[in-house]
Amino acid sequence: MIDMNPPSDSKAPSELGQSFAKVSGAKFDRKMRLRWSNKLFRIVCIGSALFVCLVLLCILVLMLRTGILTFSNVSLAEFFFSTNWDPENEHYGALTFILGTLALTSLTMLISIPISVVVAVFLAEMTPPWLRNLLRPVLDLLVGIPSVVYGFLGLTLLIPWLRTISGHDLADGLLAASIVLTIMVLPTISRISDDAISAVPNKYRDAAYALGANRFQTVIRVVLPAAKNGIMYAVILGMARAIGETMAVVMVIGNTAQLPNSLFTPTAVLTSNIVMQISSVEFDSTWNYGLYMMGFILLAISLLMIVAVRMLQKKGGRNS
Amino acid sequence: MSMSMKKQANPVPAYAFGKRRGASVLMDRLFTGLVWGVGIVVILFIIGLLFLLLEKGLPQLSWDFLYGLPSEIEEGGGIGPALFNSFYVLFISLLISIPIGLAAGIYLAEFAPNNKLIEIVRICVEGLSSVPSIIFGLFGIALFVEFFEIGLTILGAAVSLAFLNLPVLTRVTEESIRAVPVELRNASFALGSTHLQTIRRVLLPVAMNGIMTGICLTAGRAFGESAVIILTAGVSTSGEMWDFNLFSPGGTLAVHLWYVQSEAIVPDAQEIAQKTTAVLIFFALLINIVFRVPLWLNTRKNQA
Repeated sequence: MIDMNPPSDSKAPSELGQSFAKVSGAKFDRKMRLRWSNKLFRIVCIGSALFVCLVLLCILVLMLRTGILTFSNVSLAEFFFSTNWDPENEHYGALTFILGTLALTSLTMLISIPISVVVAVFLAEMTPPWLRNLLRPVLDLLVGIPSVVYGFLGLTLLIPWLRTISGHDLADGLLAASIVLTIMVLPTISRISDDAISAVPNKYRDAAYALGANRFQTVIRVVLPAAKNGIMYAVILGMARAIGETMAVVMVIGNTAQLPNSLFTPTAVLTSNIVMQISSVEFDSTWNYGLYMMGFILLAISLLMIVAVRMLQKKGGRNS
Repeated sequence: MSMSMKKQANPVPAYAFGKRRGASVLMDRLFTGLVWGVGIVVILFIIGLLFLLLEKGLPQLSWDFLYGLPSEIEEGGGIGPALFNSFYVLFISLLISIPIGLAAGIYLAEFAPNNKLIEIVRICVEGLSSVPSIIFGLFGIALFVEFFEIGLTILGAAVSLAFLNLPVLTRVTEESIRAVPVELRNASFALGSTHLQTIRRVLLPVAMNGIMTGICLTAGRAFGESAVIILTAGVSTSGEMWDFNLFSPGGTLAVHLWYVQSEAIVPDAQEIAQKTTAVLIFFALLINIVFRVPLWLNTRKNQA
């Protein structure tokens, strides 16, 4: 039975405070419980933080360990410098996909950076407050649209349209994929740039106007340079999203392992090739190892970008 | 005075100044027009596209479609199991990632000393948040299909998805707790509460707004995630409604859309894809809006 009236309760009022100090140790009283739960909580928190690190470490080790097995059958030079990807006949050249990813990302950034920065300037500098309060949440919602929806959009609306414009039978390829990716990363880049531009102190603008500059000069010469780091941050985040995006790209790029000779030639990138082939190969095969190696390349690129972001933030911190 | 005297004495700069002024006014007008034009056109364009998708799909929706079983060959298949799997996988992944993410965030904000080791932990969290989702899929395959040999399952998908969510939750929690005013924390300590009590009764309730936004962002992202699910849970469902078995294949709605659009052979694939898209957009927006409404109300209240 649980004793509802422990003896300590029946003591004189003057002894009540004393019991707290005296009766600690062997008995599991309130003070101990507090101390214990605090310690336990701390340990749980430390464990969780370490767990997050462990996940990254596991992923890194596993990707590298599986990927490196490729090179027991394939030479480094073939994997990185050959464009012949024909696993059925033992040809494992991944250059097509690496170049494809680089080309797709640069083309996407080429289209999306100018448009996003203009949209950000529009949101931060030009719109009246009511419109701004309406548009910002809308852009936030657009960030949450699933990527496969954008892929579907590209497949059913964009590609037929590109077909009639370009006159090609198949319009799948770099241009279609980069337009879809642009629509996808645009809300991200413009919202973060918008925040960066809004964070520029108003006294900068006042000073520029006081010197006789008009709005164009103020934005170009003063506001944008001051928000440069934040915009770079937004661009890198958008770039990371574009590089890692899989499903939207798979649906519009054509998935053919060939070097594209035009913007409308079906080709493939690292992510699309992995997702199309991974489910049909044996785990213990060079083909699979090759796919894991490609995954590791993706991982390395995205981690490098994080290092770039951190350096930017450090630089920004020192300046301000 | 002497400056202006000199300027007036020299007519050329005045002329040049006037000309430049005209040019810069023109540039300013052009710039304003350009920015307004591009801004409005781009935003309307994207919203218009989504509206088009919703318009094609929403009117055709019916309960039979939302609740029905998918079919491989005949017309009239539904999305019931896929829709159920979407929420089931999302729920399990959040169940795993929220406690760990919150605890890790609390550690980084409250307990972590400022040294090199913690710096490494921070880099890990940021690094993990930038890892492309397909890598989590590959990781899930290696872990669940190869190592534990349980095949393509809901459990594998949920855990992989939880790993994907972890870093975002951690960062959001850390930032929201850091944003709590230091007076509140000090007041709580001054009242004699322990660190745990302070965190539970003061810091977490105040930081809840930010944390909720983070959870809603991750939930929305996880709901629409497809690359991870395709690799770890497969493209098919068990074909039954309300299948709570953790070890059955777990194709979600986003995966179903891809599958129907690219591989299925049913005659009405196009129609199913349109309706699925509409449902997908609808729920993604719903998750975002439902979680945000209290936030908007709160900021309104604070401003007023």
